[in-house]
Amino acid sequence: MTLMQKIGKYVLIILKYFSLVFFSFVAVLPIVSCFITAFKTDVEYQNTNVMVLPESWLNFENFVLAFEKANMGRAFINSVIILICVLVASVFIGTQLAYVLDRFKFPGNNLIRNLFLFASLLPGIAMQIAVYQVMYNLGFINSLLGYIVMMCGTDVISIYIYIQFFENISTSLDESAIVDGASYFTIFYKILLPLLKPAIVTSCILKGVGTYNEYYSANLYLQDKQLLPTVATSLYTFVGPLGSKYNLICAGVIISLLPALIVFITCQKQIYSGLVAGAVKG
Amino acid sequence: MAAMTKAPRAQKRTLGQWAKSRDGQKVFVMVAFMIVPLLLLFTFTYLPFAEMVGFSFYNMKYIGARKFVGLRNYARVFSRDDCFGALKLSLYYMGGSIVQLALSLYLATILSFKVKGGNIFKGFMFFPYLINGIAMGFMFKFFYTRGFVFDTVLQWCGFELENLPYWLKDQRINNVSLVATSVWRYFGQNMVLFIGAIMSVDSELYEAAMLDGANRFQQFKYIILPSIKTIIMLNVILSITGSLSAFEPSYVISSGANGTATYFVVMHEIAHTQQKVGLASAMAVVLLCIIFVATILQKLFFKYVFRSAEDEDFNATAKRDKKLARLAARKAGK
Repeated sequence: MTLMQKIGKYVLIILKYFSLVFFSFVAVLPIVSCFITAFKTDVEYQNTNVMVLPESWLNFENFVLAFEKANMGRAFINSVIILICVLVASVFIGTQLAYVLDRFKFPGNNLIRNLFLFASLLPGIAMQIAVYQVMYNLGFINSLLGYIVMMCGTDVISIYIYIQFFENISTSLDESAIVDGASYFTIFYKILLPLLKPAIVTSCILKGVGTYNEYYSANLYLQDKQLLPTVATSLYTFVGPLGSKYNLICAGVIISLLPALIVFITCQKQIYSGLVAGAVKG
Repeated sequence: MAAMTKAPRAQKRTLGQWAKSRDGQKVFVMVAFMIVPLLLLFTFTYLPFAEMVGFSFYNMKYIGARKFVGLRNYARVFSRDDCFGALKLSLYYMGGSIVQLALSLYLATILSFKVKGGNIFKGFMFFPYLINGIAMGFMFKFFYTRGFVFDTVLQWCGFELENLPYWLKDQRINNVSLVATSVWRYFGQNMVLFIGAIMSVDSELYEAAMLDGANRFQQFKYIILPSIKTIIMLNVILSITGSLSAFEPSYVISSGANGTATYFVVMHEIAHTQQKVGLASAMAVVLLCIIFVATILQKLFFKYVFRSAEDEDFNATAKRDKKLARLAARKAGK
């Protein structure tokens, strides 16, 4: 190896790590600055630069105050209720639909697949103009149940993840069960559903994060901000008179991020693989 | 006589049997398993979709009387400055998505080779994708405030505060600031997708290339790029339709103030604040048509590009085969 080649190699390595460090810094900077500010007292916040570290990392006053002001206790309860209901319902809806679409040949099979695919192309914000009218007619405005039902609706990505998984489960399993006299329900619930567990975990994490973070429809349909805030919409409390008290706001923001962060740290692999699986097929 | 009484009985029996038979069960299971998702799909997608098209011909609010106005709403979409003009802002978002794609492809390539701490870097860059929209809105209002985070960091780098613009107020720069937040949020997610695609390439190909003395850039150009072009195309298509329907940064960070209102932000305002449901529906329908036309055009375009690329591939494999044959011949000669 000549000297030039050696130099070139080191330059590349330096460039590589510099890019990684730089963009990681860019990615975390907004979050870290928020984190720093959340620990500052009012006096500190007003008198120091935002990037100066707080005097004490044990000053949790802002967190307590933000939690109370934004009614986050209620918000967490609502979000948990929504999450559990939506996840349970959409697992059953999605796996059952995928089962029928993958295992049964019938006229209209492709049509149904395309109907779901087309639905995913319609931008959500535009659709909400008319969905609002539907929700109104159903009496679903300001109703947690109504919001949950709406959120259970079309979710092409998880349907695709399930279908992909079914394709990899051999149909001989079904056939031998049929020979043994098992009904389709037994085959689905006793044999296939347990095998589907990894796919269910993946799509639940993706759907769970999406549901937890959803704010547009929640703001539109859960208008009673005292009784029906979700974690995301509870942050709207800070719009208005509190809008410049960033130490308080940052504390609220950090609280709202914690569940996503915990899920991310524990389930990184599933999140990545779920995203890739959903994107390649969908 | 006997035959006549027999026939209905036989039919009855087959009906009962049919219900218990495999076919009957099949139909029963299909109906039981598909009715809920199809009902949901109809109620929350296709029914509103049809209603929206209907609304666009009326002058109406959500509640109260409605008046048929024909195509007047559509005419207004094209004539009002704040409606159709807002589509110009998508150009910023398209620019942003090109930067985002290039950046995430670059980082994905780096991370798909052996890197110390690769997973940690990946995690840092991916996490913004998991932040909820409202939190992101506050974070960047804070980030861009005069003298706060961004200005401080730039001052570390030697910029003077007086020379820096107001990132969210100055109309020359504020849309760029907003687009940057969108890039910030999605580049990590794009990167993870690309890493997934690169990892699915057979690792023997890299080894073979290394043995042949190909450098990193050549590996990227001849192995990685061709094998992940499908997912790149997919992302280009998604990013263009995404730019046309850009909404979040403008809605949560600047609330559409100071000339940052994208088409959808204007539409949201018209529908839910001003309650001009007819006009907003017309806007939605117009944009949907544009998105469909754009998608079809892009598909056709890429089909064309793909075809010529495949021809090239074909030439390349032919060349490689020739080379291999020559090598084999030389070896045999020895």
